[in-house]
Amino acid sequence: MRPKTKNAKNGKSQPRVHELRPLQKAATGIAGLDEITGGGLPRGRTSIVCGGPGCGKTMLGIEFLVRGALQFDEPGVLMAFEETPEDIAQNVASLGFDIEDLAARKKLYLDYISVEPSELQEAGDYDLEGLFLRLQSAVQAVGAKRVMFDTLEALFSGFSNPGILRSEFRRLFRWLKDQGLTAIITAERGEGTLTRQGLEEYVSDCVILLDHRIRDQISVRRMRIVKYRGTKHGADEYPFLIDERGMSVLPITALQLQHDVSDERVSSGVPDLDALLEGKGYFRGSTVLLSGTAGSGKTTLASSFAAETCRRGERCLYIAFEESPKQVARNMRSIGLDLDEWNRQGLLFCESWRPTQFGMEMHLLRIHKLIEQIQPRAVVIDPITNLIDSAANQKEVYSVLLRLIDTMKSRGVTAVFVSLTGGNEDLERTNVGISSLTDTWILLRDVELNGERNRCIYVLKARGMAHSNQLREFRLSSSGVELIPAYIGNGGVLTGSARLSQEAKEKADALTRQQEAERKQQQFARKRLALEAQVEVLQAELAEIEHEAKLAGVQERKREDELLLDRQRMAESRGSRQD
Amino acid sequence: MKTKTKPKAPKSSGEIIELRLYVAGQTPKSLAAISNLRKICGQDLKTRYHIEVIDLVKNPALARDHQIVAIPTLVRSLPVPIRKIIGDLSDTERVVVGLQIVEPKRA
Repeated sequence: MRPKTKNAKNGKSQPRVHELRPLQKAATGIAGLDEITGGGLPRGRTSIVCGGPGCGKTMLGIEFLVRGALQFDEPGVLMAFEETPEDIAQNVASLGFDIEDLAARKKLYLDYISVEPSELQEAGDYDLEGLFLRLQSAVQAVGAKRVMFDTLEALFSGFSNPGILRSEFRRLFRWLKDQGLTAIITAERGEGTLTRQGLEEYVSDCVILLDHRIRDQISVRRMRIVKYRGTKHGADEYPFLIDERGMSVLPITALQLQHDVSDERVSSGVPDLDALLEGKGYFRGSTVLLSGTAGSGKTTLASSFAAETCRRGERCLYIAFEESPKQVARNMRSIGLDLDEWNRQGLLFCESWRPTQFGMEMHLLRIHKLIEQIQPRAVVIDPITNLIDSAANQKEVYSVLLRLIDTMKSRGVTAVFVSLTGGNEDLERTNVGISSLTDTWILLRDVELNGERNRCIYVLKARGMAHSNQLREFRLSSSGVELIPAYIGNGGVLTGSARLSQEAKEKADALTRQQEAERKQQQFARKRLALEAQVEVLQAELAEIEHEAKLAGVQERKREDELLLDRQRMAESRGSRQD
Repeated sequence: MKTKTKPKAPKSSGEIIELRLYVAGQTPKSLAAISNLRKICGQDLKTRYHIEVIDLVKNPALARDHQIVAIPTLVRSLPVPIRKIIGDLSDTERVVVGLQIVEPKRA
């Protein structure tokens, strides 16, 4: 309907331009619920929360009121039909909600409405004006903006005239709407209908269904928004839990792979390992999988990373499923890591709980909550294989892991997952294909040779960087973790003492070759000297022959000269006689 | 000769019934309840009725204190146990049974 304004001039009404106003919402303050509903419950309307017994309907409603009063300055009214306010106050005291205090401060008004069928005889026509009067005075007493009815269905057991009840319900919801009150009514789940008494006929702006099942002896709580008029809402089932801080729902956050990525690198805590990763380490915000068999050194690497994170002054959350934090700290001391120190400085947060205590969804939710609380820059989960229910199917496990990784990535948290593989399985094939979800995969392998078992490590994959493909021997000492290049030769990869002996052998071989070469050199030198001596002798001979040849030549010429002279003389002597 | 037995004086019956009728303003149901109640009590001459009409519109806090949901509600506070009847009291028989009033005897 278009609202009309009266034009004063001619008395005719003019239609106002139709304004599009988005649906106003009343924030619940419950972690995750506001995300799924896109802001909270519809303001000024009534929502139904239905479910089986013990599923948390009352809890949700009360948390809505209490947080409304505490966080959003919206006082509330609780009209309770089943439990007295004292009982309710006691029930929620464990959540840290002090209802009586809120009532004293006039932030909350509690009214207990007793409807005893045995007391009431119906004689004639009636209505529920008494309820209305009480509600009215309650709202006025605290200036309430929120109301909760728990549970309105109790009226059905008290009053047997369905016609009267129906019309009074309509009147009630209309009244609530007119007053602009945001209301919640709780209802029992019906067999074929949403609610047993069909309350959704009267008010169905928003219907939330809560579910509580037992699967494999583990309790699993789910929530689903069945209906929410006028708003785009998450339509899936979301796991939720109720703990000492109230209710938390785990929404599926941006599974659109639109996270920001960082070019920054963080050290793994082991310089030799960084050397295998372009010398810089992991990408910040990436996920790293450390997998290997029992005793291969995974926890050591994970702890080194945690310590390194703290050394940089950043917070790290370490979740241990197999060892208690104290045990991990003690074990790491043997390689020179002091985890207790980081604990004391408030940088390292160790959380540990039994994996069999909860189902997968609950684990996920707890981790999510811890991350929200602590805001770490790095998270270590040791080992992640324990999170996986043996009973759950592949798809569910994948979904949980995906959500876990998504939680981390959307916050730019670097995650290290430790994965335990069985001894018989092919090491390079993990249970669920988690390896495809991680960015970096480092494998720890034991190599058995000559009666020894040595640890080896290599980087199987590292997205986005040129990682080394070489195997390294993994050694622990009191000064930390060392990676030694393994011997790679004709016999394959050798580690440990085999490597040492091979190295020694190589050294000896090298020495021998060197000596051989030297000897040969000396031989050549000697030979050369000998030959040079020979050459000298021959040269001397040659010089002599030349000399002789020269002499002979000189003599020959001399003779020739003399002969000539003789002839001349003879000729002269002859000549002179002739006269 | 017919002897008319005079209706016994209320004092001699020794029963006092305290009734409280909760109404909300001058609505038709409320007014009907008041008039019906007076009629029923008027028919019974043996017992003495002490009727109090409480208007919850004037005094809403009483609705909570006395746990009233439906209007009109008739509460018999004496003698104990307390009995409640809801409605405009047009169903006389129900009222009588519910209040456990002694049936008015015809003289």
